[in-house]
Amino acid sequence: MQALKESYPCPPSDASGQKVLELTVNNHPGVMSHICGLFSRRAFNMEGILCMPIGDGKLSRIWIQIAGNSHLDQIVKQLEKLEDVRSAVLHPAEHEVFAKLEEYFQGS
Amino acid sequence: MDKMNGAQLTIKLLERFGVDIIAGIPGGSNLPLYDALSHSTTIRHVLARHEQGAGFIAQGMARSSGRPAVCFATSGPGATNVMTALADAKLDSIPIICITGQVPQSLIGTDAFQEIDTYGMSIPITKHNFLVRSARELLEVIPAAFRIAGEGRPGPVLIDIPKDVQLEMIEFADWPAMPQRECVKHYRKQDILQAAAMINAAERPILYLGGGIRHGNAHDAAIRLAEKNNLPTTMTLLGLGSMPTNHPLALGMLGMHAARYTNLILEECDLLLVAGARFDDRATGKIAEFCPGAKVIHIDIDPGEINKLRTAHLQLVGDAGSVLAELLPQVESKNRQDWLNRMAFLKKENPFIMPGADDPCMPYGLIRQIAALADHETLIATDVGKHQMWVAQAYPFCRPRQLLTSGGLGTMGFGLPAAIGASLAHPQKTVVCFSGDGSILMNIQELATAVEQRANVKIFVLDNTSLGLVRQQQNLFFGKQYFASEYQHHVDFVTIARGFGMQAFALGASDDPVATLTKAMQTQGPCLVHVPIGRNEEVYPMVPPGAANKEMIGGENHASA
Repeated sequence: MQALKESYPCPPSDASGQKVLELTVNNHPGVMSHICGLFSRRAFNMEGILCMPIGDGKLSRIWIQIAGNSHLDQIVKQLEKLEDVRSAVLHPAEHEVFAKLEEYFQGS
Repeated sequence: MDKMNGAQLTIKLLERFGVDIIAGIPGGSNLPLYDALSHSTTIRHVLARHEQGAGFIAQGMARSSGRPAVCFATSGPGATNVMTALADAKLDSIPIICITGQVPQSLIGTDAFQEIDTYGMSIPITKHNFLVRSARELLEVIPAAFRIAGEGRPGPVLIDIPKDVQLEMIEFADWPAMPQRECVKHYRKQDILQAAAMINAAERPILYLGGGIRHGNAHDAAIRLAEKNNLPTTMTLLGLGSMPTNHPLALGMLGMHAARYTNLILEECDLLLVAGARFDDRATGKIAEFCPGAKVIHIDIDPGEINKLRTAHLQLVGDAGSVLAELLPQVESKNRQDWLNRMAFLKKENPFIMPGADDPCMPYGLIRQIAALADHETLIATDVGKHQMWVAQAYPFCRPRQLLTSGGLGTMGFGLPAAIGASLAHPQKTVVCFSGDGSILMNIQELATAVEQRANVKIFVLDNTSLGLVRQQQNLFFGKQYFASEYQHHVDFVTIARGFGMQAFALGASDDPVATLTKAMQTQGPCLVHVPIGRNEEVYPMVPPGAANKEMIGGENHASA
C-alpha cells in the first residue's frame, strides 16, 4: 500500500526533549532489520527500541525513542513507505512506555 | 485443485502476469526454478554471462517498456553479483523483480555452500524484499511483488526462495489475481487552485521535470502546461526526452554539466514548478544556493521527497500526469514575453558550445552523426562517464523512455546489458549503446549474450584510454595528478568484439568515417564501433562538486567575448 498510512501531524520539534514513535508492523523475522536499517541508512538517530508481537501474532508493536531534534517529518514519511509498516504514530510528549522501563536500564 | 511444486507455481504465476522474457543464470539453489522454466512455452530465458548483466538486462526491458521485468540468480555469488543492478534500480525507481534461489531452510544459518543472507543484504537497496518460507506463501508474495514494483514510485523487489520451498508440493483451489495498484492522491482541489494561482502570479517561472514524468506518462500533460503558460522547461538526466530537445521552451539538462544558460536562467527564476524530480545534488549543485529567489511547488508521488532537501511552499503528492492535467485548465494562457526574451538573451550570450560538432571522429560530432543516422524510434543506452554526459548534452531526444542511463547510482557497466534488454523488449527497434573504454570492460562478457540473442545493438566505444571523468576531476581539482585514471595497457576492442563473434569497425582506421558509421548502423544484429578519443577532451561546462550551479568551469562563449 503506497497510500499514506494512518498518519498524524508532526508535533513541533523540541530540541531538548525526546519523542516516542509507535509503529504497528507485520510480524515476521525480517521486520526489525527493515526498521533498524532505515534508521542507520538515513542517519536518523534512534535512542531506544522495543518490539513485541500483539494480538494473534500477525502484527507487532514497535516503540522507538528518538531525539527531539531529529528530522521527525522525514523519519515518519520514510517509515510509512516501508511495506511492513501498517501505521506510524508520533507521540507529542515523552511517552510513559520508556519511563516505566527505566528501572531495567540503571547503572553504568 | 491444482497441484504442483513451488518452482512450477512461481513460473506459472510469472506467465499469468505477462512475463515473456527472463534474464538470469542457473546455479545449485535455483535449479528447480530452471527446471520449471524449461517447460514454459511462453517465457523465453535469456542466459546472461554474469548476474549483474542479467539484472541490467531486466532493467533495460523495464526502462524501455515501463513494465516490471524479471531476472533470476542463484544463491551466494549469484545473489551478490545481482545486487549492483538492484541498487541501480532503487536509485532510479525502476520496477524489476529479482528472484533468487536460496539454500534449503534446514541449512539457512549454517554457512552452507553458496549461502549468503540475501534478504538482509538486499534490504537497503530494494523497495521491498521477501524470504519465502513455504510454497503457499508464493501465492501472495509473487502478486505482491508485481504490485509493489509498479505501484506509486516504482522500484526493485527481491524474492528469495529456498530450494526446499521450490520443491515443496502444494494443492490450491484458486489462482491469485494481479492485484490492483493503489492510486496515490494526497491533495485537494484547493491545492491545485493555489498552485495555479502561484504559477499565474509568477513572473519568472520554470518547469523542472524529472524521471517521474516518464513513470507517470506525464510528458504530454507537462508539454501542454508549459506551452499554455509559456514555462521554460529544464530536465534532469532521467527526465531528458520529457520535452523534445528542439522544443522552443526546452532548456535541456540542468546541473553539473548543463549548458551555461540553463543554470544561469535557473538562478533568476521566482517560481520552480518541480514534477517527478528529487533535487539530486548533481542537478542542484549546492542546494542552499539553488534557485535562490524561487518559491517551490513540488509534485511527487513519493511523500518522502517533499521537504527532504528543499522546502516546498506547496506540495502536491500524487501522480505527475494527473496533477499536471488538473493544473492545465486552471493556469492562464500567458505569453511571458519579458521572461522569454530574457531566456533568449541568456541563451545567446551563453550558448552551449560543442567543439568538433561537425567532425564524426570527435565526441559531439559522433553523437550528432549517430543521431542523424538514427530514426525517432531508436533507443539510446549509455554507460557512465564522459560519453554519458556528452550524449545527455548533445543527443536530440524526442520522447520519454528513449534514453536509458544510470543516473542515481552512476553504474559503469550498465550500458551494454541495458541495451540488450531494451532490444529484447523492442526487437523491431535499433538500440544504440554509447560506452567508454572504462565502462564497457565492466560488463564486456555480455557481448556474448548480445551475439547469442542476435540483439539489434550498436555499441560505440568512445576510447580515451582513461577513466575520463575521474581524470577530468584530477585535472581541475587535484593539480593534474593523474593517478590511477590513465590505462597503461590499451585493449584492442575490435579484435575482442570479433572474438565474441560480433562485427566490429575501427573508426580510427576509416578513410570515410561517415560511411563507416552508416554501415555500422545498417548492420543486422549486434556490432561494435571503436572510436578513439583524445584524453584531453573534457566535458564542459562543469560545476565543481559541492559548488553552486552558477560557478561553472569551461564552456565559455569565446566567440562573442
